[in-house]
Amino acid sequence: MKRKGFASILLVLTFLVSAQAAFAGRGITVKGSDTMVILGQRWAEQYMNQNAGQIVQVTGGGSGTGIAALINGTTDICQSSRPMKQDEKLKLRDRYQTMGVEVPVAKDGLSVFLHESNPVKDLTIEQLKGIYTGTITNWKQVGGRDATIILYGRENSSGTYGFFKDNVLAGRDFAASCQTLPGTAAVVNAVSRDPNGIGYGGAAYTKGVRDCAVRKDAKSPAIMPTAATVHDGSYPLTRYLYYYLRKPAQGDVKKFLAWVLSPAGQKLAVDVGYYPLK
Amino acid sequence: MTPLPIRPGVNMARHRRMQRLREEFIAWVLRACAFSAVAGLLLIMIFVFREALPIFTSAETQREATFGGFFTVPNWQPVSDHPKYGIIPILIGTFKIVAVAMVFSVPVAVLAALFASEFASPRLREILKPTIEMLAGIPSVVLGFFALMVMASWIQSVTGSPVRLNALNAGLALSLGVLPTVFTVCEDALRAVPKSYREASLALGASRWQTAWRVTLPAASAGVAAGVLLGLARATGETMIVLMASGNAALGTASVFDSARTLSATIAAELAEVVVGSPHYSVLFFLGALLFLITFVINVAAGLLVDRLRRRLAGA
Amino acid sequence: MSAVILGQKVAPLPAVRPSDAPGRAFTLLSGFAALLIVLMTALIIGDVVVHGWQTVTWEFLSGVPRQGMTEGGIWPAIYGSLLLVVLMTFALVPFGVGAAIYLNEYANPDAPFTRAVRFSVHNLAGVPSIVFGLFGLGFFVQFVGMQMDRALGLDVTWGQPALIWASLTLALLNLPVVIVTTEESLRAVPREMREASLALGATRWQTIRHVLLPQAMPGILTGAILSVSRGAGEVAPILFTGAAYFLPYLPTSPTDQFMELGYHVFVLATQSPDVDATKPLLYGTVLVLLLMTLLLNLTAMLLRARLRANLAGRS
Repeated sequence: MKRKGFASILLVLTFLVSAQAAFAGRGITVKGSDTMVILGQRWAEQYMNQNAGQIVQVTGGGSGTGIAALINGTTDICQSSRPMKQDEKLKLRDRYQTMGVEVPVAKDGLSVFLHESNPVKDLTIEQLKGIYTGTITNWKQVGGRDATIILYGRENSSGTYGFFKDNVLAGRDFAASCQTLPGTAAVVNAVSRDPNGIGYGGAAYTKGVRDCAVRKDAKSPAIMPTAATVHDGSYPLTRYLYYYLRKPAQGDVKKFLAWVLSPAGQKLAVDVGYYPLK
Repeated sequence: MTPLPIRPGVNMARHRRMQRLREEFIAWVLRACAFSAVAGLLLIMIFVFREALPIFTSAETQREATFGGFFTVPNWQPVSDHPKYGIIPILIGTFKIVAVAMVFSVPVAVLAALFASEFASPRLREILKPTIEMLAGIPSVVLGFFALMVMASWIQSVTGSPVRLNALNAGLALSLGVLPTVFTVCEDALRAVPKSYREASLALGASRWQTAWRVTLPAASAGVAAGVLLGLARATGETMIVLMASGNAALGTASVFDSARTLSATIAAELAEVVVGSPHYSVLFFLGALLFLITFVINVAAGLLVDRLRRRLAGA
Repeated sequence: MSAVILGQKVAPLPAVRPSDAPGRAFTLLSGFAALLIVLMTALIIGDVVVHGWQTVTWEFLSGVPRQGMTEGGIWPAIYGSLLLVVLMTFALVPFGVGAAIYLNEYANPDAPFTRAVRFSVHNLAGVPSIVFGLFGLGFFVQFVGMQMDRALGLDVTWGQPALIWASLTLALLNLPVVIVTTEESLRAVPREMREASLALGATRWQTIRHVLLPQAMPGILTGAILSVSRGAGEVAPILFTGAAYFLPYLPTSPTDQFMELGYHVFVLATQSPDVDATKPLLYGTVLVLLLMTLLLNLTAMLLRARLRANLAGRS
């Protein structure tokens, strides 16, 4: 009994001591957006396969968490699905006397999801704004069935929420009736079961729902989010995915970044469902 | 570790003294262990309240979020150029979902507890009780998953509600999480009622159900009330079920067919990505402190009721 | 049934009083309530088993998530869960058992200190799990962890969400479970055994160590198993204290983050990139989680049944 207790204490102690050692040998750390964690992971895997001896560790937690980690110095690279905010940059400046280095690493199209049966084919940004701020409440008003529009969106902490708010709602607040779900999959899932639902999220996610074509304004053509339209920027809801560094990249980090931006790295982004930069 | 045999040549006085010291030391260690429960509760209070404190002390935080604003601002829009931290819609949402959960779980749990303690044959009881423990053992994230994937569609097809994830769905799923708590406490209370009560009632010519309804249940009423209160506290604090099943829209409407956002789900959904120390962070800790206070008061009340029941039955 | 028959030629059932019609209805109603609970439980478990059992293969249990969590297995989540509850148990059981021994063997039941402890145990059990999560973040991560880093002169190592903080948070959450079950089993040990031991000259601690604890072992085990089962299923307390969405490596140190089964269920249900492709994985993960917690609960239940039988046999 006594001896077992002693052994377990020893075990825990060993565990604690190994903490430092393990932490020291972690190589390049990448942390941030949950949207990008899979992309980052695929990049890391391939890169490690091709460059023996290199270690790249990728973890999620959210864009905000990643940026906080960058500011706190716990990660080398932060991956973020939204641009860094001014106050975050100021914090970085206070600590490191830099405004950070922003590296776009891939493009993403933000899809507007509709139920398969919804007759509405396209919406203008203005209409989307009306729908999500609550001034348009019936599908009839945008050429659809006579039915109440059910709004689905993302949690207010996500980068996707911020992008949609800034670029579609022009900074205005979402209608209170918008159901905020904890992930894009939950949004897709909800819209796929709701004939009158509308949702938004990364284009990589569209399974079981229909993409809605988007017009910049009433006169512009309706454009579907496809590789070509996101690529050339004609699809209005296109965003960049970013890597952030504290200072210009050096050594191993620089090598890894260069590989991410190389054709091999960019091809992988396409495999995961995003779009290349060039 | 076995008791030392008394051997000649050993200084008995010294041995006794050492032994007494050791005994005292061990008593002290055990006392410290017991104190850990007190310390835990105190630390929870201190550290949750501490992070919420800037709302009352920091001018910078108050520019965005004030205590008065929680109750006068109509909306919950924390990520905005002008963040709005109105918690009234969240309180209404919490109340709505908890009310649905209690309306469904209390009658079922109390009736089932009556059945188990008064009417069921021992064999039936042997099926019922482990089943309830199984239900209690289902993690809340699994109940949330079930409500999100399966139950929501059933409920929508039955009620025809346009909103699939709503307060009714979350409340019903939550009632499954609360049922075991209410049932267990009620059943314990009912079984604690002395046999003599029932025998007297039956001897006076009352039927079994009259005895159960008019004698046993009133005798155990304090325990039943405690069970209901503990269930209420559990329902108010439960997180994963409502996070997944309620749709999380911060609406201040009364309808259970609308989506609703609760205190607990708001914390769970937003805290992971806020900047530590920001006003939003403090406000979320304030919601946590509020949640703590609400459940604390309910739990204290339930504890008092259980004490009363114990005293009453002991005096009987 | 009986009331309708009354007044007709049919002979009434013997000893049926008019009051039995509502009586039957009432009994039926209460039976129906019980049945409803059993049905709902069976429905949930049945749904998960039916949709999940085909997914749970050896590859699923031993593999890692691939293709953005639409393929592969859940080994990192299982491993993380195990590590989490093992660490939690190490932190929890000594304190819980110690507190229970103190309450049952040493404490004067009317002393203010004892009442404060009992009050705390009762109320600790009622604190919402999400508040434990807030506490874990505010206390362990932001306070203890940061102070440790400062004292040790490290970059942020301890002051971030980590395995150790999550398990300590869960330990506090489960403290009441262990205290209550251990106390129950200590109470079941007959007083004569204590008296006999003390009369033979054993000290109080020797009595506890050699007489009480061996007797109370099943109860302590029950408490530990129940808390492990609860620990494996709780998600809210670990959301901010250490659970990771996805990790490319298994945690090797207490300052690592970790994947966890319950959190993985949440992630798959709400965040996966392809809902249809994830569904079998989701059901499989739920089934594994459910099996783990239910088996632990079953073990605890059997142990407790034996304990209660012992207790009943003695009194």
